[in-house]
Amino acid sequence: MSLQTSAVESGDGPDLRKDVPEGKGAAGGGLRDRVTTLLSGSAGRNLGLVIALLLLCLIGLITAGDRFASLDNMMTVLRLSSVIGVVSIGMTFVIIGGGIDLSVGAIIALASVWASTLATQAMANDTHWIVMVTTALMVGAACGLINGLLIAYGRMAAFIVTLAMMAAARGLAEIIAGRRTQVVSVGPFLDFFRGSLFGVPRLVIIFALVAIAGWVVLNRTAFGRRTLAVGGNPEAARLAGINVKRHQTMLYVLLGLACGLAAVMLMARTTAGTSTHGGMYELDAIAAVVIGGTLLSGGRGTIVGTVIGVLIFQTLTNIFTLNNLDTSTQAVAKGAIIVVAVLLQQRMAARSTPG
Amino acid sequence: MSATARSRRTRNLVRIGALTAVAALAVGCTSNTPAAESDDDGGGTSAVSDNDETGDTVVIGFSGPAADHGWLAAINSAAQSEAEKYDDIDFRIAEGTNDPSMQISHVETFINDGVDAIVLLPTDGAALTEVATEAMQAGIQVVNVDREFSSEFAARTTVLGDNYGMGVSAGTYACQLVEENDLGDAVIAEIAGIDSLPLTQDRSQGFEDALAECGQDVDRRVAAEFTVESGEAAASNLLQAANEIDIIWNHDDDQGVGVKAAFDNADRDEFFFIGGAGSANAMRWIESGEMEATVLYPPTQAADGVRLARLLAQEKGLADLVQVEVPRRVVLNAPVVNADNVEQYMPLGFES
Repeated sequence: MSLQTSAVESGDGPDLRKDVPEGKGAAGGGLRDRVTTLLSGSAGRNLGLVIALLLLCLIGLITAGDRFASLDNMMTVLRLSSVIGVVSIGMTFVIIGGGIDLSVGAIIALASVWASTLATQAMANDTHWIVMVTTALMVGAACGLINGLLIAYGRMAAFIVTLAMMAAARGLAEIIAGRRTQVVSVGPFLDFFRGSLFGVPRLVIIFALVAIAGWVVLNRTAFGRRTLAVGGNPEAARLAGINVKRHQTMLYVLLGLACGLAAVMLMARTTAGTSTHGGMYELDAIAAVVIGGTLLSGGRGTIVGTVIGVLIFQTLTNIFTLNNLDTSTQAVAKGAIIVVAVLLQQRMAARSTPG
Repeated sequence: MSATARSRRTRNLVRIGALTAVAALAVGCTSNTPAAESDDDGGGTSAVSDNDETGDTVVIGFSGPAADHGWLAAINSAAQSEAEKYDDIDFRIAEGTNDPSMQISHVETFINDGVDAIVLLPTDGAALTEVATEAMQAGIQVVNVDREFSSEFAARTTVLGDNYGMGVSAGTYACQLVEENDLGDAVIAEIAGIDSLPLTQDRSQGFEDALAECGQDVDRRVAAEFTVESGEAAASNLLQAANEIDIIWNHDDDQGVGVKAAFDNADRDEFFFIGGAGSANAMRWIESGEMEATVLYPPTQAADGVRLARLLAQEKGLADLVQVEVPRRVVLNAPVVNADNVEQYMPLGFES
């Protein structure tokens, strides 16, 4: 019991596939206990990934030198990671909860288009740019709610429901935008989201806040523990008194919200809303989540791993561009990196798991 | 003996004449179109011939891909408005589709309806070749636009944009900038579109070849995916790769919106920014001095196809050519639009 609760307490990704956690995180447990579990749990599980990222940075340093290490370049990598990062954190929750969502890219496209129509922009100009943000968040959440209701209460396969949403949402985005690029011209909106705070772009700060919130929710709240339980063994979770259907629906709404936020960030980054936004995001997000150590079958996963997974891909693209290498080579390296990172991580995790 | 030699010589002369005329036409077509757009009756052409005068009513069928890209939307609307200028065209437009089998059935419908001519911008040139050949065999004049069929027998006339020529135009313009601004061994960067497409490879090859002419080369090359977002990401990384860039050529103005956002975000404008395709956004940037130039990939190809289809169906020739027949092949020029001539090209700019 003490081992289990402390894993919930400090491990970034406790394996609860069989256990149903009902114990509230024990207040006690001892500092030493915590340090050991931290090493063997969270850090251990992500050690392979950290090594992979460090290796990548080393390659960047050797091949591109100061250009790679410059603060400006680091901020560029983080800024480009921020949009897909927010989506991937939402995706981590859905996958841990035993689901999958193929519609994230399409939802982002729809939310960005909806929030940047002339009507919305005019309203934002008359009142406040927050109108655009709430529009995007509401569109995202609504799409997530539809996904969640159909999956949890309609008893349809998540793969099929979100595949349908992927087609429908992008289609609707094309209809609304008339397949045109809607340039965002609401000055205060752009100034706020494209600006920086103490030299750090606001997009990066949003990404960091979402990551921290995700970590806290997953590891420190009943919601997080329920997510792990629902994904690990839904039947056991139901018997333990968790409203599994409601919880699953909430996970998709959460991811929908993340997509809405990502749409806002993408509109700021590109100064435009279009139906082509978020192309292939579903695969990029799932790839980042999986190399981050989250089980595709649910029940186990880490936010830190996902964040590193996202960073690995963006750093890779950055290093390739700095070295002027072509896109085909980059695709090959991307594939290789997925395999190597997962292999490394499995080895490390196996070694560090006690017993 | 001497008679054969003479006839051979005449034939050669005619051939050379025809080639020159086609070249002249290719240049003339693009640069005159803005005037035609403004509902000008084409006084110049009617001075030579009566081509624009109402003739026998002809039925022209048009089928193209779904307009999921600003450029394709412009292609469709230009074709339609061109057809509306002529009283003697009965224009039938099939719903745009990205599904070749759907498009084949559209063409089959046109054949059954017995239209006089078909203007076809295929979703996939090879896939539409057979049904186009059928149409030709049924006595229908087929005009192939932009994406080529795989057989010579599938179309009477082919109207093509020039992707290689786009690269050449951009490269030549870059060379000019290097010379004018005394840039020496300039740092030249290229932001390509989807790298696996033949059209992207053609554009890049043309750019490289033209730069080689003035002893320059592409120092940095990244590829995006014709989307705003990919353009922004590619450009952001590119800017990190080089502190000082002299010239950047971006293949596509649709992704250019993102490319421009990346420039603004990094607060970089030390380079000459050249675009491609010729969207209305790009032309507005050129007007306001935020962009140096853009290379046109004419969105009026299908409109030219409609005009040629009408002439073919009415058994007329091209008035500006000596030969009495419409040419087999028209390759459109890829002109550079910059601050000097942007006003002239503005009507051609498509909203993307």
